[in-house]
Amino acid sequence: MTVPQPDVDTLPAGPIIKGKLSRDDILMRGGMAVIALYLVITLVLPLYAMFSKSFSTYRIELTQYEVQVSDEAGQFNTPAFILANLNQQYNTVPKEELSTGSGGRLGATKFFPDFSFRSSVMYRIRNLHDAGRFLIGSALKDDTDWHELDSNTFRRVQLRPVKSTGITNFVNYFSTPALFNSIKNSLLISIISTIITVTLAFWFAYALNRSCMRFKGMFRLIAMAPILVPSLLPGIALVYLFGAQGILKGLLFGASIYGPIGIVIGSVFFTFPHAFLIISTALAISDARLYEAAVSLKASPWRTFWTVTIPGARYGLISAAFVVFNLVITDFGLPKVIGGQFNVLAVDIYKQVIGQQNFEMGAVVSVVLIIPAIFAFAIDRLVQSKQVALLTARSVPFAPTPSTKRDSIFLIYCSVIGLFVVGILAICQFAALIKFWPYDLSLSLNNYQFDKMDGGGWRAYYNSIKLALLTAVIGTSIVFFGAYLVDKSNGFRGGRAVFQMFAMLPMAIPGMVLGLAYIFFFNNPDNPLNTIYGTMAILVVCTVTHFYTVSHLTAVTALKQMDREFESVSASLKQPTIKLFSRVTIPVCMPTILDISIYLFVNAMTTVSAVVFLYSPKTALASIAVLNMDDAGDIAPAAAMGMMIFYTNAAARILHLIISKGFLKRTQAWRER
Amino acid sequence: MNLRSTILTSLATSAIFATSLMAETELTVYTAIEAEDLARYAETFNASHPDITINWVRDSTGIITAKLLAERDNPQADVVWGLAGTSLLLLKADGMLEAYKPAGVENLDSKFVDGDNPPAWVGMDAWVAAVCYNTVEAGKAGLTPPTSWKDLTDPQYAGHIIMPNPNSSGTGFLDVSSWLQMFGNAGGWSYMDDLHQNIARYTHSGSKPCKLAAAGEIPIGISFAFRGAKSKAAGAPLEIIVPSEGVGWEMEATAIIAGTAHLEAAQKLVDFSVTREANEMYNKGYAVVAYPGVAKPVEFFPEGLIDAMIPNDFEFAANNRATILKEWQSRYDGKSDPK
Repeated sequence: MTVPQPDVDTLPAGPIIKGKLSRDDILMRGGMAVIALYLVITLVLPLYAMFSKSFSTYRIELTQYEVQVSDEAGQFNTPAFILANLNQQYNTVPKEELSTGSGGRLGATKFFPDFSFRSSVMYRIRNLHDAGRFLIGSALKDDTDWHELDSNTFRRVQLRPVKSTGITNFVNYFSTPALFNSIKNSLLISIISTIITVTLAFWFAYALNRSCMRFKGMFRLIAMAPILVPSLLPGIALVYLFGAQGILKGLLFGASIYGPIGIVIGSVFFTFPHAFLIISTALAISDARLYEAAVSLKASPWRTFWTVTIPGARYGLISAAFVVFNLVITDFGLPKVIGGQFNVLAVDIYKQVIGQQNFEMGAVVSVVLIIPAIFAFAIDRLVQSKQVALLTARSVPFAPTPSTKRDSIFLIYCSVIGLFVVGILAICQFAALIKFWPYDLSLSLNNYQFDKMDGGGWRAYYNSIKLALLTAVIGTSIVFFGAYLVDKSNGFRGGRAVFQMFAMLPMAIPGMVLGLAYIFFFNNPDNPLNTIYGTMAILVVCTVTHFYTVSHLTAVTALKQMDREFESVSASLKQPTIKLFSRVTIPVCMPTILDISIYLFVNAMTTVSAVVFLYSPKTALASIAVLNMDDAGDIAPAAAMGMMIFYTNAAARILHLIISKGFLKRTQAWRER
Repeated sequence: MNLRSTILTSLATSAIFATSLMAETELTVYTAIEAEDLARYAETFNASHPDITINWVRDSTGIITAKLLAERDNPQADVVWGLAGTSLLLLKADGMLEAYKPAGVENLDSKFVDGDNPPAWVGMDAWVAAVCYNTVEAGKAGLTPPTSWKDLTDPQYAGHIIMPNPNSSGTGFLDVSSWLQMFGNAGGWSYMDDLHQNIARYTHSGSKPCKLAAAGEIPIGISFAFRGAKSKAAGAPLEIIVPSEGVGWEMEATAIIAGTAHLEAAQKLVDFSVTREANEMYNKGYAVVAYPGVAKPVEFFPEGLIDAMIPNDFEFAANNRATILKEWQSRYDGKSDPK
């Protein structure tokens, strides 16, 4: 008897072993999908709309027009002909002149070299199909009827272009020196500003972390102040300091503040806190053992500085440099106010779109601007990912020792920087209170009558507060929830990686570009979401998306500090994740949540670039009002409004501090050992 | 939880919005009128039409035009009240205007009404180019007051003149277009080549050069007369100069945007815009208005300005705008490197 051997080939396949998705997992993936969808709609699709716009061109399609010419007696004896054939025959209008912008026009008489408006010859012109368009004077003709015109009227016929696609826009851009120059200008001021800011911020941070000078707390506060004002405010201050009627005009030795000098000084002001924060963090973590080793090896302080301090802070320095570079090259407000004739990319976008209504060219400049911004962003990310564990459990924190000479040099240095920051703010406040600079220096509150100026009046100010509150509440909810889902859900690696990528993308997209992309995407009548165009909602959405990345990273960092065991414990206790989220995660992460809120609030108050294309009468904003009042020449009221933003943000900061302290006491007692 | 309350709040907000819309007709009116005049215009209009609320969208001529053209396929405005005639011609050429013959339009000077019947737009008033001259700062720099456009190319004014950039300012464009009309194509460009040598910088808005001159930032600002008169009234040491060759001007006009949901209210607004009462209202800031016999002299307005207005060819300006701006940009914007 033989035992029947199981036939390996016919054995039925066993069940595929797969972790069962719990209800919570499904919920979490669903939530992640919703937030990912939000990012797709508010970021990916608008950017796609913008890219396609940059390839959308306009050209005059000569095959669409049919013309007939009469003899001197006004009799139409010769057959009608298509304009394209005529041009092919005589080649009076070269091909380049046929490609144009959306507002392009081409006089029909250009095709008739011997045209005379005094002749008695009659002309008939018509479109061959519905897409054709031409003007007689300013009246649009888009039907296919014949229009019979005398010579004098035919002179007024202007052909209009039709849409097509191609790279003509880019060709035009790079062959127009006025536009092309801006790339060089933008890079130049960004590099100079970066070098100056990082150097100044490094020594400032060094003084605060590595010396025993006095008033450190005060200097730290002052250094952070520029973050509370729109980037245009230093521009306005510089007009009062170094303009033709400026108090310190003599310091420039006849050079004009309107131009690269002004942009660089202003950029140093508004990027200083960003560089200072990053470098300060890098300098704060240092291992005293290295310095002890340096001392015992008899290394000179100079050598120690270059072999211990700088390498220890190198990631911070590189990171700060690229952040500053990115901020300067994408900033729009400052060069607009103080740039004079010095064209930069961000202002070019504004001029193309607002001044010439050339949206296609605006999109092209945006694409050009994205390239350095993404490059700087990518390097920053690369560097940040390398900065791990400089400080180990065995490190001994470095504690500076007092040195009268060094400390007083640093005190003088920090005082100079502090004076620069405070001076910029003070001159704005002072100018805002002056009646009529420079001819009537009496004090007055006239400049606070915003309702009599451009920009939206006091309503703009209240709108800004509303926007900032909405952005803080809605933005923090979305960001934190999204960060939680991406950090704590199980499996689904591919989906989480894609989500991470979407969350990082906003940082690389300049505000101007985002705003322009929103016009293209949301103002399209075929888009069901176009109802939010012109409302507060689009401003909130745009601002949340614009500042998504930093908020997301902050949230992820905080969540990473929480052990994943919490999730396992809650699962084994059969508690739904949402309960864990609301009872444990949120209270534990409360300080971070508050930090994200204040970050979003402050940025919503000061942002200009992203919303300048999107505000409407009901939603005029304070930061835009500063821009518009300056634009109209009402510089003192612009300064007044800028300072209102400063005080509001300062108050919000103080409130944030108080609330944070309260929460820390109530919920964070476990952090104390 | 947060998400749910957010949704609830937004639902509640939209419900409030919806109810407030029902109560009365709201017109979204795009305008480039000076901000300080808006409330006065709305008040005067509401005195006779209390049921129509005006929501102003105010910005400079270039921005408003850009906004309107960008929204071509999805217009947000119901009416345009107070926008440059050249801009309205651009909108008309794109079929964006609803032709309408307002009651009483026959009372207006025909040069202020679109030639078509029914007209696509009706004019309100004219704003006229002028040179704002700060006597205090000019004295310090030792300048002599210019009397003509050609004077401004004199080397003594080098770096002392500011004018608006025609690419972003309607005033800037009317200057350029008037020079091209007065001096001819070649003459106009060669004049601007010379003038460019003296320009300190170009501003984005048309009123800024005069305000900068008023504030002493620059001795000479090429701007418009109304702004100069206002700044002078505010106490600035200004002299408003009317160049002897003649000055460019631009009209402000009103039109209904095609496809408006509030056509009836829009027509009422346009009807009002051509009345004697409305023209008296325009006269507070503009020396020239569309209704003959209404204009009273405006304080500090320079004498002889109206006679200096050139016969302006708006069709030339609108149809050649893109070409002129491109040429201007390649000539002067490209050379804007720092000195």
